[in-house]
Amino acid sequence: MYWNKEMECISEEQLRKIQLERLKATVKRAYEKVPYYRKKFDEVGVSVEDIKSLDDLKKIPFTSKSDLREVYPFGMFATSLDEIVEIHMSSGTTGKPVVAGYTLGDIDVWGEVMARCLTMAGATKNDIVQVAYGYGLFTGGFGVHYGARKLGCMIVPASAGNTRRQIEIMRDFGTTILTCTPSYALYMAEVAQEMGIEPTTLKLKAGCFGAEMWTEAMRTEIEKRFGLHAYNIYGLTEIIGPGVAHECVEKKGLHVFEDHFIAEIIDPDTGDPLPAGKRGELVLTTITREGMPMLRFRTRDITSIIKDKCTCGRTFLRIERIRGRTDDMIKVRGVMLFPYQIEKAILEVQGVEPHYQIIITRPQHLDEIEVMVEMSKETFSDEVRHIENLKKKLERRIEEIVGIRVKVTLVEPKSLPRSEGKAKRIIDKRSLNE
Amino acid sequence: MKIKQLSVFLENKRGRLYEALKALADAGINIRALSIADTSEFGILRMIVTDPEKAKEILENNEFTVKLTNVIAMAVKDKPGGLAESLRYLYDANINIEYIYAFVEKSGEKAVVVIRTENLDKTISLLQEKDIKLLSWDDVLAL
Repeated sequence: MYWNKEMECISEEQLRKIQLERLKATVKRAYEKVPYYRKKFDEVGVSVEDIKSLDDLKKIPFTSKSDLREVYPFGMFATSLDEIVEIHMSSGTTGKPVVAGYTLGDIDVWGEVMARCLTMAGATKNDIVQVAYGYGLFTGGFGVHYGARKLGCMIVPASAGNTRRQIEIMRDFGTTILTCTPSYALYMAEVAQEMGIEPTTLKLKAGCFGAEMWTEAMRTEIEKRFGLHAYNIYGLTEIIGPGVAHECVEKKGLHVFEDHFIAEIIDPDTGDPLPAGKRGELVLTTITREGMPMLRFRTRDITSIIKDKCTCGRTFLRIERIRGRTDDMIKVRGVMLFPYQIEKAILEVQGVEPHYQIIITRPQHLDEIEVMVEMSKETFSDEVRHIENLKKKLERRIEEIVGIRVKVTLVEPKSLPRSEGKAKRIIDKRSLNE
Repeated sequence: MKIKQLSVFLENKRGRLYEALKALADAGINIRALSIADTSEFGILRMIVTDPEKAKEILENNEFTVKLTNVIAMAVKDKPGGLAESLRYLYDANINIEYIYAFVEKSGEKAVVVIRTENLDKTISLLQEKDIKLLSWDDVLAL
């Protein structure tokens, strides 16, 4: 099922032609209307006329989150303020928030790409879509709302929270499509069970889950608990909000809506473009945004591009599910390492959600990694050799996944520091030794 | 004839053994037998205590990793060769010993050792056949 077959199944040649036209227009407008871009272009000596092919995209300087903070609040807008009809804002957990401005045209594009997402999840006008993403400055709620409205679905704008009521609504209204963060979906399943409502008896057939990093294991769990198809949705405030990419029925990567966004993968350290299949940082360029064009925005999200033709018929390239954040990434002996990889290895060996910490040192000239893993009740054995085996198994599995030899130290439960939000997983002591 | 042993995972860190024992002392739990298996990074504290279930709960509340394991308490003659004689039976029967350690108290003229083998049931029937006295939980409490 397609929302816009003509675009979604467009030929490669046609697509590149449209992309180039739109890119040129975007660059021109950005240069002319946004002093920030003009300054950046002038600094590196690139002019609007230098962008003659899609390949020339790499001549354009990157835009980073901190650049956006510098021009807070409206410095990136490419239209006069009276053309802006809506504002959204990303949470400022790591500094000043980032403001996004939308023209009427932008809202229309947002609705279009979100309608495509919902259609990919199997939604039609006959569906009841419960939007359990937050409505407000966060883009989640409104984004899904605009898409569902384009489709003509019955929208239940429940927003996030009030979980018991969410479940009563699902039961009483017969909600068929659920949209929320994957962790909230799992929480809802638990609460439903507490309320004596078996989640599989709800009429849900599909869900669009995103706005946070999640795993295949979580997908399986959500699908099992609710008896629905769980699809991965991707987006970010700086670009438009949800609706940048979404999975089709194949559930093998997310199609990027390339007629609106150009995706590149770069080496986060050097900024050099990486070929399809190689993991790196996702860089996005908007080619239809009016209110706030974004040129080569560094998302900090780690993924890779899948170029193979998808059996669903869509020609848009896919990205694999987000594998991590560059903020979490650490290079050890030249290898990219993410805490989630270590987590996965421990989970596989121990069978329980691990608490762990990664300590990186450079005793001589070579980086060394120590992974401290809390012993769990389930894996503790009374015999020394079993514990030593566990340690060896952990070391072997981590090496298989990460590609570097590590030293595992088993520590007592709750001996590693806990934090309310994100746990401090990596302690890098290397700089101190140099 | 199996008795419950308390096993505690100890990181090689200053004060951890003391903290575990202190928690048990505060709860009025007496230790009848004790041993520590140690490696360069961690140790396993194994104990026979008066109230294993309660001891487990107390240690878990104090964030220790604890497990109850079945072991055998065996009475051997308190004279040269007493233990060796019993072990000979296991050796002949091809039963491997995981670990062994001694009780603080004696049972009459006999010394009591704690033993865990790879096959407890087989060990019990073998030793009983050979008239080696195995202590029941009541015997252990009466020590």
